[in-house]
Order: sequence, then structure tokens, then C-alpha cells
Amino acid sequence: METTDIIKPENLVYKKPALLKDVAMHYCPGCSHSTVHKIICEVIEEMGAEEYAIGVAPVGCAVFAYNYIDVDMIEAAHGRAPAVATAIKRLQPDKLVFTYQGDGDMAAIGTCEAIHAANRAENIAMIFINNAIYGMTGGQMAPTTLLGQKTATTPYGRRVDLNGYPLAISPLIAQLDGSCYVTRQSVHTPAAVRKAKAAIRKAFENSMAGKGTSLVEIVATCNSGWKLSPVEANKWMEENMFTKYPLGDLKNV
Amino acid sequence: MVKLRGAIKVDEERCKGCGICVTACPFSVIALQKIEVNNKGYNFAYMANAEACTGCTSCATVCPDSCIEVYRVKISD
Repeated sequence: METTDIIKPENLVYKKPALLKDVAMHYCPGCSHSTVHKIICEVIEEMGAEEYAIGVAPVGCAVFAYNYIDVDMIEAAHGRAPAVATAIKRLQPDKLVFTYQGDGDMAAIGTCEAIHAANRAENIAMIFINNAIYGMTGGQMAPTTLLGQKTATTPYGRRVDLNGYPLAISPLIAQLDGSCYVTRQSVHTPAAVRKAKAAIRKAFENSMAGKGTSLVEIVATCNSGWKLSPVEANKWMEENMFTKYPLGDLKNV
Repeated sequence: MVKLRGAIKVDEERCKGCGICVTACPFSVIALQKIEVNNKGYNFAYMANAEACTGCTSCATVCPDSCIEVYRVKISD
């Protein structure tokens, strides 16, 4: 059987979600952001939430998420996505409200907002992309940068005496009574993508059910910032990131 | 016995040649173009070993730029 005989509309089993716009994304080749955008679109489509989903993307590489995800999006000030999402969800409780934040956003400038939103048990879903570096500004050290990891501002590797320890946000949120679901996932293999998708679906359902704050941390790659090829970056992440940020559910009530 | 045969269609202009699909494919179907490039200058992905594809959707699932469409047929012997 020839390939042309197989490529027919009736045999289609997987295609780009319709919610993901046709514009080419500005992300670097192999960036985890694009994969997460895709699974968010798939989850919203599967839930039939196209009309009532509202996303909040603050500053970071994903600041242009509104160009790609075809639902209502708001851009918040740096780190303030959970605060904006709180307002939206309180004013319109029937909407599905999610934030999409990077580690420079949630683990640095927006830690306060994230922790307090979770502590108030706001019914929002927070998606946290942790790639251990400030990707957008050129690969500087982030609070989540691993010890010994070389970045633009730690050219000899991150040192404890100078830069302190890497910050794990998910355990902080998990210990708060207001959070209902805290999980850490990745998107480097097909199996990981499917698990991450299931986690995002659960977080969105929790938001609609009014159970409290859900946090889905995605351990991600920044191959440009790490100065590796996309495939090597995935390997580096498996070998180094997963020891400090192990995958799995931290809290599920 | 029922056999699965698959095929992929790559949106060549959208592909950034990251190569993640190449490592994700369990049957080594996909490769990146060696010489040919798209308008952005990336060596895009293509089916190098089309006979081996089963349409498992692994490549499309991990593709960051959602540029792979997967088709699948069942063939009975």
C-alpha cells in the first residue's frame, strides 16, 4: 500500500487541535512551551470549554500565548497572573480560568501572588513551566537553576555560597490547605505528554468543580538557554532536572 | 491477522527541524532532510522509512509545533 493511499481524510487519527492558531510560533525549535500550548488546546477542546475558558499569561517567553491559543486571554503584569485570575474567577465563577507562567514568573517575581492565591483556595488552575533558566531574557540564572548549572550570569555554575539553593515551588504550594491538586509532569516523550495532558485536564476540572487551586508544574527544556540541541536538552533534563524535580503527584485531594 | 499501516503528513513550512519526532518514533520512520530546507531554513522532517510506520501518533504527540498529521489504516491478510 502506498503512502498516498493511506493519507486520506477518513484515515486521519491525529491532527493539530483547531484551537491552536495556524500562525508559526515564535518559540525556538524543540521548545516545551509549544507542546504545552498544544495539550492545553486539546484539553479545552475535549472539555468543550472553548466558549468559557479564560487564560492569563504574564511576562516570559509565553507572553504571546494569546497569539496561539484561540480562547480569551489576558496578559498580566509580571508575576501577577494568579491575582488577575482570582479577579476573573470571582467575578465570573462559571468560567474556566487558568494561568500560564514560567519559572522566572512564578518562582521569582510572582511567588507571593502564587502562594497567596493557592492559600486562599482560589478555584483556578496554574500551569507552571519550569525550565531552570530565564529563557526570554537570554539565559540568566533563575531561582530554579540547578546547583552547578552554567547560565549567562553563573558562567562557572551556580554556587550555594553565592546564589543559594534551587527553589522547588510545587512542594511549597502542596503544603497549603487551599491547594487541591499539585503535580509535576514533563513533555519530553509521548508517554509524558499524555500524562501531562491528563494532569491539565484534572486541574481544569478541579477549577470548574470549585475544589481549590490546582498547580501543574511542567519540567521543561530551554535548549537555547542551555546551549544544547533539542534532543540533547531532553536528555540533559532527564539526567539532571528529574533528580531535583522528580515527576509525579505531590497532592491530590 | 490485522496489520496497521500508517503515514504522516508533515507541514513542512511549520516544521522547525528540532528532531524530537525522530527520537520519539519507535520504528525509525522519520528523519530530517539533509540538504533540503523550508523557507525558514530548517531541515524539516519527512518519512524516510515509510513502510515501517504503524500510525502510532508518537511523533505527532511530542511535536512541539504540531506540524504532523497522522493517518492509519487496518489491513487484513
